[in-house]
Amino acid sequence: MSAVLAASDCFHCGLPVPPGGSWEVSIDAVPRTMCCPGCAAVAQGIVDAGCASYYSTRTQFGARAGDAPLVPPELALYDEAPAAAGEQASAVFSVEGIRCAACVWLVERRLARLPGVLSAAMNVATERLSVRWNADACKTSDILQALRQVGYAAYPYDATSHGEHLEKARKKLFRQLFIAGLSMMQVMMYAVPVYLATDGTMDPAMTALMHWASLLLTAPAVLYSAQPFFRGAWNNLKQGMPGMDVPVALGIAAAFGGSVLALLRGRGDVYFDSVTMFIFLLLASRYLELVARRKAAQGLEKLQHALPASALRMPAFPSARQPELVAAAQLREGDMIMVRPGEAVPADGVIVEGATDLDLALLTGESRAQPRGPGDEVPGGAVNAGQAIVMRVLRATRDSTLSRLVALVESAAQGKPQLALWADKVAAWFVAALLVLTVAVFIGWQLVDPARAWEVAIAVLVVSCPCALSLATPTALAAATDRLVRRGVLVVRPHVLETLHRATHVIFDKTGTLTVGKPVLRHVGTFGCADRERCLQLAAALEASSAHPLAAAIRDACPAPALHAHGVTSVMGQGIEGTIDGQVYRLGCASFVAGHGTDTGGMTAVYLGDGSAVMARFDLEDALRDDAPALVRQLRLSGREVILLSGDQQSVTARVAAELGIARAIGAQLPADKLAFVQQLQAEGAVVAMVGDGINDAAVLSAADVSFAMGGGAALAQLSADCVLLGGGLAALGDAIGTAASTLAVVRQNLWWASIYNLVAIPAAAFGLLNPWMAGVGMSLSSAVVVINALRLRRAGA
Amino acid sequence: MEALYLLIPLSLLVVGFAVWVFLGAADSGQFDDLDGPALRVLHDDDAGSQ
Repeated sequence: MSAVLAASDCFHCGLPVPPGGSWEVSIDAVPRTMCCPGCAAVAQGIVDAGCASYYSTRTQFGARAGDAPLVPPELALYDEAPAAAGEQASAVFSVEGIRCAACVWLVERRLARLPGVLSAAMNVATERLSVRWNADACKTSDILQALRQVGYAAYPYDATSHGEHLEKARKKLFRQLFIAGLSMMQVMMYAVPVYLATDGTMDPAMTALMHWASLLLTAPAVLYSAQPFFRGAWNNLKQGMPGMDVPVALGIAAAFGGSVLALLRGRGDVYFDSVTMFIFLLLASRYLELVARRKAAQGLEKLQHALPASALRMPAFPSARQPELVAAAQLREGDMIMVRPGEAVPADGVIVEGATDLDLALLTGESRAQPRGPGDEVPGGAVNAGQAIVMRVLRATRDSTLSRLVALVESAAQGKPQLALWADKVAAWFVAALLVLTVAVFIGWQLVDPARAWEVAIAVLVVSCPCALSLATPTALAAATDRLVRRGVLVVRPHVLETLHRATHVIFDKTGTLTVGKPVLRHVGTFGCADRERCLQLAAALEASSAHPLAAAIRDACPAPALHAHGVTSVMGQGIEGTIDGQVYRLGCASFVAGHGTDTGGMTAVYLGDGSAVMARFDLEDALRDDAPALVRQLRLSGREVILLSGDQQSVTARVAAELGIARAIGAQLPADKLAFVQQLQAEGAVVAMVGDGINDAAVLSAADVSFAMGGGAALAQLSADCVLLGGGLAALGDAIGTAASTLAVVRQNLWWASIYNLVAIPAAAFGLLNPWMAGVGMSLSSAVVVINALRLRRAGA
Repeated sequence: MEALYLLIPLSLLVVGFAVWVFLGAADSGQFDDLDGPALRVLHDDDAGSQ
């Protein structure tokens, strides 16, 4: 069991309990410490529901419940109209935070005990929960509330708007794959004896029997399993753009048709085994690709929860201002809504009343709040950072800016990278040349030995089936995408892997991308005869109940001060003052404490004084991320130049860079400077990869050749980033670079293999040197080599 | 060798049966969640109240 707990950690989520925290829940009659009221409430909920054995069987800690209201009133918005008695309802919910077996048990068990619920089944692979319940005994909000009480955020799952079409496609493809696989194995059993039989050991009637049996089994593979290829080829032809499906379909049709013809005529070779194996291998690569895409779609689905679920509508606006809470999805054009400070704008609209500052970071990357007044347009997803405003909805939520961004990201994810396009183009030429060659070979053999002309022509088509070429790139890319998604890297644009591999410069466009964004105490400097330990104790006692981030850093450095401060008052923006052991102490900025100021070397300083003299200086700074040094080292070892381009002061920037061994660090850069810098580098021939935190200047990220946004859901919407590092780990970036290199290596190997194979096999077939089984085995083997080689990417380091 | 004239058609029937079983299983959702049952089996429902 990996849920091993230190005595000082939260029993529910495993995170350290902050000093002074005193939340306890009695589980199986043993009092357990909790890190926050949220976890305590969840743990209590689990115990109250009679599910305490969750704690004894879990293998992972629960998700931290956080301080958000446990059961937001918005849940009631999900309720439908009251139903008639006895009516049954059912719905699918998307549940977040499923971590181990105990979670599944807990969710199902909790719902089974909810009055009115008939059945609840959790699908672990898709994180979906299907529930059936009696509509008169229970409401949707009751179910969501029950789940929240045991610590899981759930959302009604709208099948039409999310990746449901992908799921349907996956199921169909899975069947087609299975049928193709079964048919391949069985046909191979009939084919092997024919191959092994030397002349005369198998009578013609027996051979014919084997062939007819093979035909019967190949037919479903060709008619059912190969449908995606024929349909794709037909679409390609209709659009006048021959893609890879055309040669594939042609190859299948030619080999199958030729074999049937040979069987009917009673002479010539049959290629049923090759056909089925070809179909199976191609389908397998498609299946892999689809599974990787579905995972990406799931990541996007989580982003959509960034949209506010509710809105305050004022139905009778100018006359009455009474707002009502409605689901954001119900907003229509022309509705009047109120957006309170701190809330997100639920839909695109125009401000009617009130002036405010809007935080558009999520949408444009501009981190400073923008002033907006009556008449200005406001995009959905922006956060109101100022006063309450009244606005008129311009577009329903479904069409709002953020929703459209999500749609854009979704469609971009389905685009093809340059490399795949190139392979397609080459393969199309290859096929054209091959068709010409086949015709030439056929005519040539007609002149030499008409009896073998047909057989040799088919052998050429089959042996060269461009499957190795057509499988080479997509399988490698699918395997790489799948691996990256599992590592928390969401590739939004298709060119990422190639460009990343070519990148010569990696620019971190913010100090915050390399640091944790939370200050820690670095240094305590004392003045006069003050004792360092005593000063720290005094400071910690003063800050004991302060919510300021700097206070948290000082508390972390001295978790249990022996002293206690009385009458603590805080002076806004200056510091705090309190009495300890009869002496008044002040803690805060230099002027507040004593008018003392020195250079702090890129750190933030807090001073402690006793009213007459300054006693100590606490230097606080942002700590480096744990994985930052390793990443910078890896980048430099791979021969890329690492640059830190920051908007922070030069001193801060230089210090972070020096600690990480970054040679070039340029601070105090405005967005325009950054853009100019990147463009200058590009003009010199550099390929620039840019890493931002997703709340940054959009222009720089989109100017870079390849860009990464760090962070969770918010950064995902960052239209200008090519790639999103979910979970915010820098290590994932290193992994992405490694994967890019190995993916391109695999693609290159595959293409080389396919080319060499074709160069050898096609002439051999054209001159009639290949036995039928050689052609079949050769072709199947070449495809298998390509697929297995690509699958190495998936396994590596997973 | 004559036995093959019987065995090969028989093998076709067996394959057909396998396909029929597979499609039935796929239709009843057997393949929808390949991770969950492995987790769920670890929990004995009787242990709920200990």
